[in-house]
Amino acid sequence: MRMLTFANRNAKEIIRDPLTLFFGLGFPLVLILLLSAIQANIPVDLFEIAHLSPGIAVFGLSFMTLFSATLIARDRSSSLLQRLYTTPLTPLDFILGYTLPIIPFAVAQSICCYLVAIILGLEVTVNILGAVLFIIPISVLFIALGLLCGSVLNDKQVGGICGALLTNLSAWLSGTWFDLELVGGVFRKIAYALPFVHAVELERAVIRGSYADIFPHLWWVLGYAAVALLAAVLLFLRQMKKGNAT
Amino acid sequence: MDAIKIEGLSKRYGDLIAVDGLSLCIKEGELFALLGVNGAGKTTTIKMLSCLTAPTQGDAYLHGNSICKDTAAVKTLIAVSPQETAVARGLSVRENLQLMCGIYGFESDKKTAKIKELTALLDLKEVIEKKAGKLSGGYQRRLSIAMALISEPKILFLDEPTLGLDVLARSDLWDIIRSLKGKVTIVLTTHYMEEAEALCDRIAIMKDGKLLICDTAANIKAVAGTDNFEQAFVQIVKGAGK
Ligand SMILES: Nc1ncnc2c1ncn2[C@@H]1O[C@H](COP(=O)(O)OP(=O)(O)OP(=O)(O)O)[C@@H](O)[C@H]1O
Ligand SMILES: [Mg+2]
Repeated sequence: MRMLTFANRNAKEIIRDPLTLFFGLGFPLVLILLLSAIQANIPVDLFEIAHLSPGIAVFGLSFMTLFSATLIARDRSSSLLQRLYTTPLTPLDFILGYTLPIIPFAVAQSICCYLVAIILGLEVTVNILGAVLFIIPISVLFIALGLLCGSVLNDKQVGGICGALLTNLSAWLSGTWFDLELVGGVFRKIAYALPFVHAVELERAVIRGSYADIFPHLWWVLGYAAVALLAAVLLFLRQMKKGNAT
Repeated sequence: MDAIKIEGLSKRYGDLIAVDGLSLCIKEGELFALLGVNGAGKTTTIKMLSCLTAPTQGDAYLHGNSICKDTAAVKTLIAVSPQETAVARGLSVRENLQLMCGIYGFESDKKTAKIKELTALLDLKEVIEKKAGKLSGGYQRRLSIAMALISEPKILFLDEPTLGLDVLARSDLWDIIRSLKGKVTIVLTTHYMEEAEALCDRIAIMKDGKLLICDTAANIKAVAGTDNFEQAFVQIVKGAGK
């Protein structure tokens, strides 16, 4: 099938980039180890493993944004996309072809993250499986953000916006590093108007096994994912129609 | 039947008119050259004909399919080798060719046969397992052309195909193009006048987006009153500037 051939190519491009392994798997694991080490010396509730690991799992997804945005931005500048636009691939093939291959990476990343968490003392329950499953809708949000950025930015800008800005935003506004309740005020309001903290609280609820508490967070995540995906599709189509790279 | 019928095709970029009311017909199986100095509008014309960019005005029909309305049908007919080398850099030569086969939905037998045929045709055998991004410019170019040929198009657009090729590869490529003559309709652009003259059935010369002349090389020379094609080209392009 056309779309799968294209998706397969995208998966290969990502997996062959050594940065993928480093940032996609290595970095989140280093973080979780580091923060747990701090927690072992100066106990903080926030860094308690059942609380911390969902935050890191979601934070790691911001690298999925970076991967998808980089891939698209590079393709746009290399005129490979121009060639592919003249083939029978449809816009839907392109969008699915860029989105689907990144989902397994996201799942693999969260599995690694929770495995390390288990080693560090996270209680092994079936909820961990649930947490990995709920990573899928959350990852669609992050991938869509990448599709969106990759459609409007060039590959240098992608490094800055997705690599630096978005990873920081998703970190500071997610309630992983510090308790948003302690900061309060406008900062807390902004955080709760954005999807990141909701994604983390969704994961935390699943890990706790209190499935009733996943609402309204799930709606926030799905809502933002839908909006991001729609915007990504529109922007992708726009640059496709314009027919010129960058 | 006309393989390509262009009717008043124009493209504007803001104030700049890249292609200005282009009208011409290209017959099935014809080898057709688009010539013109830098910025004449050749690439823009090919981009419009291959549905990469929408015309501001006018339309063109490829085997009767409008490039504005029947883009899906047009895309099944054509293949393009863009002016810039267009390969997936992270994939090997073989994987690049497989990618194109997959996009066109070839069965695995056909896939293997086609890849074998094209690697032989473009002399890519020694580098077949190498990453495209690691190849020299000329080899990337060959791969880029192989990727266009592999889909068995009815109409083939080659935008400066010989750019960056060494003398031997260039002459090989022209042999390949010659062998396709009559079977595939080919529209190509080049800055090598002698190539266009020796190989193409008809030649169109463009300047500032306008078509200056479209005829056989012999007739173009006759119009310019010279028996040197390059001189004829220079005269016609310079004459239009006045
Ligand atoms: N995307 C674009 N935006 C704005 N102007 C453009 C764009 N693409 C092309 N042009 C302009 O249109 C004109 C025609 O460009 P085109 O690329 O078609 O020329 P060309 O004949 O292929 O030249 P060359 O021999 O250098 O490849 C040029 O003046 C160019 O600057
Ligand atoms: Mg050009």
